[in-house]
Amino acid sequence: MGDRYSFSLTTFSPSGKLVQIEYALNAVSQGITSIGIKSTNGIVIATEKKTPSVLVDDSTLEKVAPICATIGVVYSGMGPDARLLIAKARKAAQAYKRVYMEDPPVAIMVQEIAAVMQEYTQSGGVRPFGVSLLVAGWDAHRGHSLYQVDPSGTYFGWKATAIGKNMLNAKTFLEKRYAESLELDDAIHTAIQTLKEGIEGQLDASALEIGIITTDHAVGAGVETHPHADSDGMRFRKLLPHQIKDYLDNVA
Amino acid sequence: MSIMAYNGASVVAMKGKNCVAIASDRRFGVQALTVSCDFQKIFKVNDRLFYGLAGLGTDVQTLSERFRFKSNMYKLREERDLEPKTFAHMVSSTLYEKRFGPYFVEPVVAGLDKKGEPFVCSTDLIGCINFAKDFVVAGTASQNLYGMCETVWREDLEPEELFEAVSQALLNAVDRDCLSGWGAVVHIITPEKIITRTLKGRMD
Repeated sequence: MGDRYSFSLTTFSPSGKLVQIEYALNAVSQGITSIGIKSTNGIVIATEKKTPSVLVDDSTLEKVAPICATIGVVYSGMGPDARLLIAKARKAAQAYKRVYMEDPPVAIMVQEIAAVMQEYTQSGGVRPFGVSLLVAGWDAHRGHSLYQVDPSGTYFGWKATAIGKNMLNAKTFLEKRYAESLELDDAIHTAIQTLKEGIEGQLDASALEIGIITTDHAVGAGVETHPHADSDGMRFRKLLPHQIKDYLDNVA
Repeated sequence: MSIMAYNGASVVAMKGKNCVAIASDRRFGVQALTVSCDFQKIFKVNDRLFYGLAGLGTDVQTLSERFRFKSNMYKLREERDLEPKTFAHMVSSTLYEKRFGPYFVEPVVAGLDKKGEPFVCSTDLIGCINFAKDFVVAGTASQNLYGMCETVWREDLEPEELFEAVSQALLNAVDRDCLSGWGAVVHIITPEKIITRTLKGRMD
């Protein structure tokens, strides 16, 4: 692809904007809302798994995905683009481990993902990614952190945020409900409530995907890390359907 | 003759009570001819992490420059200091990259982790790490050093006691090795400071 298209398709407009990135952000705004909330003892990221028909087997769709034992992501926007980024992020995490025998710190992982996304705004013959990612993770140096990465490659650290279709209303909702003293269980409830606000009709437990950064290494499902890892650190775990149902029942 | 014994070198590191010691000889020779008696074999990564390289002189110098590059990049990227264990794995993967055309060095790593715990380890020339509870040795006098360390090392030696132990171990080991010696350098790393002393042993 690069040999015929040695020039970038993302070019400046007279006003100094990169319109392709603006359009990519529009693609993200059409995506299903995703929420991320940091609490005192963990982080929750959540989204709704919306499929075009009841006939779709939604167990084959994974929107909240682990990158390594201590980092997970959720996306809003184009699924295929997200899958590519998740694959690259997973590979980058293992490459880091090959050298240092440790999971990468969240900030380093975010920088790597952002660098890839930026690359696609300046390389020949490619278009920007049509996704924004919420990256939640833990490392011994900075503790637990939540980042948003945009199609341009910009990244921000957040205490609580929303991306996708309903992000403006959701962020207003979160601004009212977020407190520094929030604990993980409350954060999960708040995340579910925020998602509920954005949809008409009922929120089904099987349509919710929730991932958490937590000190409980056995809750839900997650990736195993190597034996020498920090045994008192936090891990990324995906809540199992029955656990999600319990939280949902408490919210209703 | 063995390429690892071409220039001659000896390095030793020991754990103490909330401190570590790392020491080396200072000789640089070309087989039997001694060319220099102030050849640096121990290098600082940060105030709590040192490493030593025994083996072929050119590889000692090249690797120390490569490790300086890698650890500087790490510090800039990660905005934190390297932990001893992390550095040890970095050394291991750097050496294994050259599995079928290796660097002829035997590294020794000594430091305090961020909690102040003493750490020592050594690797072979292709990166197999030996995490030790007590001491590690490397170089042309390594067999002698094993015997000396086994004799003088005890658990929980205070910094000054540790200095005596590692100095005696090194000095007497290199005296029985024609390719190591011509002076010694000893670093004691404690949470508060680094004590560096240069020893004049038998200059032969």
